[in-house]
Amino acid sequence: MSASTTARYNDKVVRQFTLMTVVWGVVGMAVGVLIAAQLYWPTLAEGIPWLSYGRLRPLHTNAVIFAFGGCALMGTSFYVVQRTCHARLFSDRLAAFVFWGWQAVIVAAAVTLPLGLSQGKEYAELEWPIDILITLVWVAYGVVFFGTIARRRVPHIYVANWFYASFIVAVALLHIVNNLAIPVGWLKSYSLYTGAVDAMAQWWYGHNAVGFFLTAGFLGMMYYFVPKQAGRPVYSYRLSIVHFWALIAIYMWAGPHHLQYTALPDWAQSLGMVFSLVLLAPSWGGAINGVMTLSGAWHKLRTDPIIKFLIVALSFYMIATFEGPMMSIKTVNSLSHYTDWTVGHVHAGALGWVAMITLGSVYAMLPRLLGLQQMWSVRLIDTHFWVHTLGVVLYIASMWIAGVMQGLMWRAANADGTLTYSFVESLAATYPYYLIRLIGGLLVLAGMGLMALNVWRTWRLAEPVPETAVLPPAATAHA
Amino acid sequence: MSSAWSWYVIVLVVLNLAGCVWLLRWTGKRRPGDPKPEDTSHWWDGDITEYNKPMPRWWLGLFYITVVFAVGYLIYYPGMGAWAGTSAWTSAREHDADKAEADQRIAAAFAPYADKPVEELARDPVALRHGQAIFANHCAACHGADARGARGFPDLSDDIWHWGGQPQDVLTSVMDGRQAAMPPLAGALGSAAKIDQTIAYVRSLSGLPVDSQQAAAGAAHFAGLCTACHGPEGKGNALMGAPDLTDKYWLYGSDPDSIRETLVLGRNGNMPAHAALLGPARARVVAAWVYSRSHGEAKPQ
Repeated sequence: MSASTTARYNDKVVRQFTLMTVVWGVVGMAVGVLIAAQLYWPTLAEGIPWLSYGRLRPLHTNAVIFAFGGCALMGTSFYVVQRTCHARLFSDRLAAFVFWGWQAVIVAAAVTLPLGLSQGKEYAELEWPIDILITLVWVAYGVVFFGTIARRRVPHIYVANWFYASFIVAVALLHIVNNLAIPVGWLKSYSLYTGAVDAMAQWWYGHNAVGFFLTAGFLGMMYYFVPKQAGRPVYSYRLSIVHFWALIAIYMWAGPHHLQYTALPDWAQSLGMVFSLVLLAPSWGGAINGVMTLSGAWHKLRTDPIIKFLIVALSFYMIATFEGPMMSIKTVNSLSHYTDWTVGHVHAGALGWVAMITLGSVYAMLPRLLGLQQMWSVRLIDTHFWVHTLGVVLYIASMWIAGVMQGLMWRAANADGTLTYSFVESLAATYPYYLIRLIGGLLVLAGMGLMALNVWRTWRLAEPVPETAVLPPAATAHA
Repeated sequence: MSSAWSWYVIVLVVLNLAGCVWLLRWTGKRRPGDPKPEDTSHWWDGDITEYNKPMPRWWLGLFYITVVFAVGYLIYYPGMGAWAGTSAWTSAREHDADKAEADQRIAAAFAPYADKPVEELARDPVALRHGQAIFANHCAACHGADARGARGFPDLSDDIWHWGGQPQDVLTSVMDGRQAAMPPLAGALGSAAKIDQTIAYVRSLSGLPVDSQQAAAGAAHFAGLCTACHGPEGKGNALMGAPDLTDKYWLYGSDPDSIRETLVLGRNGNMPAHAALLGPARARVVAAWVYSRSHGEAKPQ
């Protein structure tokens, strides 16, 4: 692209992704609330196969991770890469293909999963034709992103882009390797792997979906929006370097901790555990860099609800990345595995870290995309923050208690060697916590409703504005 | 594991751990010409820049501690490819040791009950408490925590026993299991009309409302095909687990569609044998608890 002064950012695709982030956020979390209600009222959708828990649960996870999270990552990465490279996106047509292709994937998931079509691999449920579409979209996404990096007009690649880049490369690798399968029809395939190897490939994928999709990608978001919103320099360049390389190297090893005390060989279980522990410091490195970036601007926590979202997101990130290594320790895992503690842990990461960093970033980014100073209602952002936080706390606290209780009840043994409790007794004991979790989920969903309202009203305020002009690199000359 | 794979794993592990340490030491050092910690360098998007502050010491310490722990753990436990670890620990060995200990405890706890008759145990509150725990562990998944069963899984708390309700019968059911076989009779009955007539007759046996003409026609089919197991009056036969059809209890449902499924496709009730799983003493104790459900003077608390 020429460096002419008339060059503009491609914000159209960013606006599209931002809108769909909110839409899929509402949808994905509504499905989550529905299945949480089904756990409390098991006969809620009895007799309707496509509303059964087993089909809607993967729809919920796919919707929040790949639809809500995916649109947020693609949208913000296109926003961030243009502004930190001082260049328009590499290709508008490819970018449009990425948007529409990704929406097609989401719609295909929303149709096939309730029909019961599934590969049976967690977070990789979609059948092979959809997997191929994902691959095509993902390659296009990579071309647009790296093409934009290649035409940057500043010498240094900003740290946010390192994380987005690692997320794009790693997810491509993970998606392709784990989904290798032999089709036996348009809607059915069998994995190329068997037995323990299949399980290992799946959890190598599964944990790195957490590591690269839900962590590295959102760290990219954090590295742009935290310093931007705080108006403060990033705390430490060298910390960025260390924790980036350590994070992406070590995450790749952590998958076997999902398979402790299974048929996986002992050596692989050990490696999964020790590398999960080594992962603690690299994970916290990002959180330290984010939180310390705010030092000197702490007063903004009182007045700026967007900063609240971003900082509380980092706090939940620290909680979840401390909890994860701890749960990977085999002794702890023997208690926590298969319980609702895992569900609580995942939601500390998903609702606390991923959702809150996304919500803060969207509230920061949307007015700028629409040529406005701020959202329609800043007070409504603050209300959303408190409703969401309360919902997350209720959710994870109830699942922690329920999970630890289940683990203790399942292992409790009488003097005669029999188990003290039958399974159904642990289920009965869990019952009240399922109600608290449902209430927490409803609060989070209500917060998304407030956001949808705020986004809609903000959009109505927007005048038709020309796309923002590409900032010349001169504006960023050394101070 | 072949030695090539073993070395592959070892080399990768060492590279990753050593790489972390090298990265920490390399970036931890300040070199001439590096920007000062408070200096900002690299500007993006107008106002984004970064300090170059040193990494927090506690964080560096934490990182090193985890690496040291990793090295120690991988020497002591298996992890480095085919290296077995100095502890000689394996999950199989740990399981065997735990199981041996548990087996010993169980054997000691149940030894006193090994030779006692089931009826006597059914009156012993301590034995019943053990029995209820065993039932909860091994039987409740199918028969329910209260032993009242579910569709296809008999209610054990009532007086109806398809395989006999004497103490020895119950013990045999627990120890050796039961295999019920209601054959599919669609072919033998021949036509949909005959199936409907048989359904009507079977339902009439336990007093359910039916079309009496249909039932009368069905009686003939029943006499030809069903009496061998269920008896001429439909009273069943505990020797082969054929249920009494004249009582109110329907294991697979009494509605015409359920009975049609039973007739057309047959049923294969399968109570698995528990002799190997529980051993004779525990089987006796749980049989006593089951027996006590329907002979309930001494109910446990």
